[in-house]
Amino acid sequence: MKVTINGAPHDLPDGATVSQAVQTLTTAATGIAVAVNEEVVARGAWTSTALAESDRVEVLTAVQGG
Amino acid sequence: MADELIIAGEKFSSRLIMGTGGAPSLEVLDQALVASGTQLTTVAMRRLDPSSQGSVLEVLRRRGIEVLPNTAGCYTAGEAVLTARLAREALGTSWVKLEVISDERTLLPDPIETFDAAERLVADGFTVLPYIGDDPALARRLEQAGCAAVMPLGAPIGSGLGIRNPHNIELIVEAASVPVVLDAGIGTASDAALAMELGCDAVLLATAVTRAQRPDLMAAAMRGAVEAGRQARLAGRIPRRRYAEASSPRVP
Repeated sequence: MKVTINGAPHDLPDGATVSQAVQTLTTAATGIAVAVNEEVVARGAWTSTALAESDRVEVLTAVQGG
Repeated sequence: MADELIIAGEKFSSRLIMGTGGAPSLEVLDQALVASGTQLTTVAMRRLDPSSQGSVLEVLRRRGIEVLPNTAGCYTAGEAVLTARLAREALGTSWVKLEVISDERTLLPDPIETFDAAERLVADGFTVLPYIGDDPALARRLEQAGCAAVMPLGAPIGSGLGIRNPHNIELIVEAASVPVVLDAGIGTASDAALAMELGCDAVLLATAVTRAQRPDLMAAAMRGAVEAGRQARLAGRIPRRRYAEASSPRVP
């Protein structure tokens, strides 16, 4: 299953969850948030939310700015 | 009685809100934040970079500084609302500095998109602090829409041009019953003092400190300037006169 994670193409097993997508980038448990196709997925739902082909996953954190 | 800044019921003894952009390193930023005495500091939301070392959040947490996520980089209300929701999820705060810019060259805030986003975020339970132009009419409309503060610019972001239209800032202050935070354009300490003398409740700045040759020293200067300007405002300045008025008794 091909998905996009932070703009880069990734191949994940069919039925992979948001949690698995996040783990391709980080093992951090705090200070990050995820949107799939421009919708926020709450942390509590990461392990239960399955991704679909072509989903766009954004994993964000706080950086210096403003 | 303590002269506290109160935004959405939350009290701050410091009236200097800091940004974190532009610092050459987290160490320099850390020293500047400490010297500024700030209790509320902005961060931006960006794609996680697994290779980046250290975290601005770590610095803020260690110093006990409240985090104020912004929506910097957003050009539309939709982008700003999504960014605010991601920030709430990542940082556990419903406060947001709403910033929707119109173009890359001036970074001036887009009033239409900002107002649209403000309405949606207020309805979604956010404490919204919008960054706006020095427009008294828009400031009033945003207050009516439920924003917790209004944050007019002094001049474009990072320009260091100071307060280009002090009269408009005074008009915004006169009409507002939410805090007015002078945001953007501050170049040096006298600009920050002027903002407070004009009646602003706080100043938000970053570049003037983070890109100064000695950020920690400039941060200390800004802290002093904000305090001095606030005191001068509370003290009530003398009226301006066209001619001299002797302060010594007349010679008989």
